[in-house]
Amino acid sequence: MENIVQPKPYKISEVRHETDLEYTFRFDTDIKVNHGQFLMLSIPKIGEVPISVSDQGDGWLEFTIRKVGKVTNVIFEKVAGDVMFLRGPYGNGWPMDKFQGKHLIVIAGGTGVSPVRSTLNFCARNEGFVKDVSLICGFKGCNCILFKSDLEKWQNNFKHTWLCLDNEDKEGFCRGFVTNYIKELPLNEYEDNYEIIVVGPPVMMKYVGLELIKNGFSEEKIWMSFERKMSCGVGKCGHCRIDEYYVCTDGPVFPYKIAKNLVD
Amino acid sequence: MSYRLTQNEADAVFAELLKKFDIYAPHRHVCAGRYSDDDIVKYDKVESLSDVEYKKKSDYPMKEVISPIQQALFYFTEDEYRESKVSSRPILIFARPCDINAQKIQARIYAGNGGFTDSYYERMKDRVKYILMDCEGGDDNCFCVSMHTNKTDNYSLAVKFHEDGSLFVKVKDQDFDNYFQEIKEIEFEPEFVNKNELKVTVPVIKDHETLNKLKAHPMWNEFNSRCISCGACTIACSTCTCFTTKDIIYGDNPEVGERRRIESSCQVDGYTTVAGGISYRKTAGEKMRFKMLHKFHDYKERFVDSDMCVGCGRCTARCPQFISITTTLDKMSKAIEEIEKGEV
Repeated sequence: MENIVQPKPYKISEVRHETDLEYTFRFDTDIKVNHGQFLMLSIPKIGEVPISVSDQGDGWLEFTIRKVGKVTNVIFEKVAGDVMFLRGPYGNGWPMDKFQGKHLIVIAGGTGVSPVRSTLNFCARNEGFVKDVSLICGFKGCNCILFKSDLEKWQNNFKHTWLCLDNEDKEGFCRGFVTNYIKELPLNEYEDNYEIIVVGPPVMMKYVGLELIKNGFSEEKIWMSFERKMSCGVGKCGHCRIDEYYVCTDGPVFPYKIAKNLVD
Repeated sequence: MSYRLTQNEADAVFAELLKKFDIYAPHRHVCAGRYSDDDIVKYDKVESLSDVEYKKKSDYPMKEVISPIQQALFYFTEDEYRESKVSSRPILIFARPCDINAQKIQARIYAGNGGFTDSYYERMKDRVKYILMDCEGGDDNCFCVSMHTNKTDNYSLAVKFHEDGSLFVKVKDQDFDNYFQEIKEIEFEPEFVNKNELKVTVPVIKDHETLNKLKAHPMWNEFNSRCISCGACTIACSTCTCFTTKDIIYGDNPEVGERRRIESSCQVDGYTTVAGGISYRKTAGEKMRFKMLHKFHDYKERFVDSDMCVGCGRCTARCPQFISITTTLDKMSKAIEEIEKGEV
């Protein structure tokens, strides 16, 4: 019988420093993932953590990792050529079939940009997959800006882009929370043919949801990605459960009509 | 077919069974309990029929045989995770209906939930057959009848211990017929408990609005001062499955070690803490609410046909703060009544 928690070794081909605390690791691997899925990254002696795929291509996957815990501290010591262990992919990912041919609105904050980066890059690389993209993307301050070259590309490729910093000024960025810019989304232009991705810290997602509804967006068209503690990623360990849902197998992406009712 | 075995005959059959099976049963550990001169009864591998404690319900559940409190998943060196191995010998477990029925609940999570089957659970479960033990109604914490877990037909043998040392046995699984060839048949059918001292009614939560109001109900605040979030209830639970994975390294060679699965509890601090320190459900009341709703609402919402409780009452018995699951359930019913009447 297949061991569903068996980690396998893969080589790191590149490490990019996004900020002091966030690095992007590229792995050589043939693992195929849906946009928005995650894998368990594993280091013997230290442990395992669930990390979203932040970009993907032929023969490679990228993970953007924030150095905040026991496992990630050790991951940060890894350099190109080192081996790490992966298992997965897990979770449902974004409903790309629902996004196809529509206006896609993406509202992401902080490290929450990682789980949606592969979707954004896919849309940028595959013109015509969605009608157009409206992106509201926020970071705390200048030191926290991720994916600088992607941001530039997205700004050029996407129809509407708001890049914001919570409480700092910088050229090319607006000041304030992402919630402040929801009212600027051109709802009429979308002609009811749109889907919305929301991903970021729990408090941000809650207020973005409320603000979207207040501004006349339909709750049926909102999708949110959750982050919870996981030991297994396969619906056994129980850590990520909220109500009758397991974030690892039923999520991490939930439609807003379920997400809004979930109370931890 | 059923038999009555003398003590000697029973010992002889047991000795024969031991040649083929690892046999587990509730076993009394004298003076090993939590108070002075207090015994503890828990599941152990047994070597003779006299090792089987058949009068007192075990303090800890039978699940420990199949999903141990901790087990090695992998042994690792720098660049390899090697799966741990277990014996392939078949297992016989002496168990009461509540514990046997608890495995249906555990299996729904370990074997299939989310489309994944856990090989560590399967490799144990596939080896197990049950010897149903007679239960005369349990103790004053039992409420199996209310949970509809007082009966089972999932057993190979059913036994009833008699005071004089003889043993009544029903052989349901023909694989065991040959152990009883020399013994005269009698009439014997296992009897199931049909009444407990304790009776509970699991409340129905009719919609999301009621559920969210129940989550916010002040009833949970009581536990902020009473419950110490020690997790004793979930360790004693027949059905709880949660675990945490932990890597340990060997003292003599820190490059080598093992990845262990260790039983975890939604009641203890750190259960939900993600990297960076964000955690969900910080108070004892919130944790208790999460456990109670999993047991008596969320599990059934997902798996439909039963609640996640077999009424063994071990959580109540093991709680150092004397928190009773049945009383808490009654409080939940009362809170739902208040919500439905619009009083809260």
